[in-house]
Amino acid sequence: MLSTNKPAPKSKITKIVNARLLLDHKIVKDSYLWFQDGKIIHPQNLFFDQHRDADEIIDAQGMMVVPGYMDIQINGGYGIDFADHEGSLDKIQKDVDTVAKGLLQYGCTAFCPTVVSSAPEVYNKVLPLLNKRKGDAKGGSEILGAHIEGPFISHEKKGAHNQEIFRTGKRGIDEFDEAYGPELKKGSEAVSIITLAPEIEGVTEVIPELANRGICVSIGHSAATIDVAENAVAKGATLITHLFNAMLPFHHRDPGMIGVLGAVDLPAPVDPARHPSASNTSPDRTKPDPRPFYGLIVDGVHVHPNSVRIAYYAHPKGCVLVTDALSALGLPKGLYTLGGRELEIDDNGAAYIKGTNTLAGSTISIDQSVRNFRQFTKCTVVEAIEAATLHPAQVLGISDRKGTLNPGGDADLLFLNDDLEIQRVFVYGEEVELTKNKK
Amino acid sequence: MRLIIREDYDEVSNYVANYIKERVNQFAPTAERPFVLGLPTGSSPIGTYNKLVDFCKSGELSFEHVITFNMDEYVGLPKNHPQSYHTFMWSNLFAHLNIKPENVHILDGNAPDLDEECKEFEAKIARVGGIELFLGGIGPDGHIAFNEPGSSLTSRTRVKTLAYETIIANARFFDGDIGKVPKLALTVGVATVMDAREVVVTITGAHKAIALAKCIEEGVNHMWTVSAIQMHPKGLIVCDEDSTLELHVKTVKYFKSIEHVHQALIGTENLSLQGGVKQIRPTVFNQRPMNHPYE
Repeated sequence: MLSTNKPAPKSKITKIVNARLLLDHKIVKDSYLWFQDGKIIHPQNLFFDQHRDADEIIDAQGMMVVPGYMDIQINGGYGIDFADHEGSLDKIQKDVDTVAKGLLQYGCTAFCPTVVSSAPEVYNKVLPLLNKRKGDAKGGSEILGAHIEGPFISHEKKGAHNQEIFRTGKRGIDEFDEAYGPELKKGSEAVSIITLAPEIEGVTEVIPELANRGICVSIGHSAATIDVAENAVAKGATLITHLFNAMLPFHHRDPGMIGVLGAVDLPAPVDPARHPSASNTSPDRTKPDPRPFYGLIVDGVHVHPNSVRIAYYAHPKGCVLVTDALSALGLPKGLYTLGGRELEIDDNGAAYIKGTNTLAGSTISIDQSVRNFRQFTKCTVVEAIEAATLHPAQVLGISDRKGTLNPGGDADLLFLNDDLEIQRVFVYGEEVELTKNKK
Repeated sequence: MRLIIREDYDEVSNYVANYIKERVNQFAPTAERPFVLGLPTGSSPIGTYNKLVDFCKSGELSFEHVITFNMDEYVGLPKNHPQSYHTFMWSNLFAHLNIKPENVHILDGNAPDLDEECKEFEAKIARVGGIELFLGGIGPDGHIAFNEPGSSLTSRTRVKTLAYETIIANARFFDGDIGKVPKLALTVGVATVMDAREVVVTITGAHKAIALAKCIEEGVNHMWTVSAIQMHPKGLIVCDEDSTLELHVKTVKYFKSIEHVHQALIGTENLSLQGGVKQIRPTVFNQRPMNHPYE
């Protein structure tokens, strides 16, 4: 067979041996992982056509090798809040870099910086610095675009957001473009996910337009009843923001947004690749699931472990682990800020608005989330890892290059021991120097 | 011809893998004098390949100076098609060995000039000094490689049209759809295989029993091309009990007795790997009747 006319790239080929790989939803032993130029490759063509063998062999010593974790809801860390707009652009850029670098230590190789409800000036200033950006071992985790949470959300379910900034969608998409500025028009290049409350006036009607721009529409911080929630999904919402938190509690006669997990007659998904795969719990077990994905904060504080388990087994393929971590992530207990409000971190790592019982976010890391999740649900190792890798990649429609170890994917890799503790981290094929003590 | 009979598929695979390991290690290949191995595809060699991979991983067998030539490849199938023989050899063998990519030769079923490709393949074999050991299987119709019934016994590497029986047998790899199976293949000829200094054929399963019987108990016949092994000075067939079901009892007993004689009267210390005998042990008068069953 005549190969392409380009000469073979002479860049280094790396082969990982003695590893247990997560391939095809299974842990596989006698297979190898090859990567070159930051991408996972299928070595067969190189072997036969270019007579290339591996240049470097990495011995994984029996450890599990899995895709890097992805966190699609994280507000900051290391004292930095993504919604903080004070300071020069340079300072904000540096801050973003600091968080991106720090997240690598937790095995998070890609994330969506989340910005809580803010005024238009804040978005105008901050969003351009949160555009998509490739990751590398020294520069930090890949940025997948911003997650803008609010201000088109419910006063009743504001959590720690500042309700004075909340808006309605009376004037349709124009209202949204005004609220967020020009970055929203760039669609998925700048904004990956938007959280909104469908019961707010004019909001549900805008969902199709936002989805058209490639943005993942997520419903949350909402007091919607089950029909309003299902209607939002029918209009194109594909994610529920931190299930159980900032929404109506489950009531057996009106299960609210949580009840979407039990929906049967939602319309068939327009873009099946951005919906959960079929499972035994799907309305039609052979077709992609019309139900949306749902984020879960698994620090054990935001959601009781039993509730996590119930939600998971109702809709396993839709579960996405998120940290909703705050600026306090990576720092000791004390007082911090989020979106201009003062927070207090207690011994459990839970963050409350100072002087209240209102949860404001967590200080959990994504790798601890995976360990907690496995413990809470007693699911398999593969299922726990997929909830932090494959599923978030599906939410953003990038599962061809993220969240899997298939050829063509980015070589974002984690080496885990049997307790799912991180031993080595690779971003785009380069190893990250881990400084923190392995937990 | 030697016929080694073992209990089942696993024992046959172990025997052949060990045999190849011993042969390569005794040969002690170097860069100037490599060990040239001919290899088959299909379900027969998979057990052997797994064992060879184990030997390579444990360090008992190195493929650094081993050159391989495969028997055949489908015409028109992309090299990275899941059913191509390139894919088969990569995933079952080469991915796990320390073999050099430039030492691996498989016919290219997508070459612009197929005849040229076949001639060049023969030339490559000649350039490395010919094949030291050719490993092969057998089809239910007695074919070696894709040399279907009617192939000349002096044939060389060429394009072949597959027989209907072969297409049916291979349909199981193409979703059971006969329409999807390639109809043409490039294959080494009968003479190409027999030109090797040693030929080892593995035959397992009751469905191969008639083929085995035709190939060793009847004449050299182009309808059962493996029968050409009868004319080879160093032919070895390793088979399981099931595949001997169509052989004469006498044939089976004879070959089993050979192994018994080797163990008891000659001793492994006097026996070379390829069956050569130095001398026999001091004899002990044997009370056993000649027709006693041998293990």
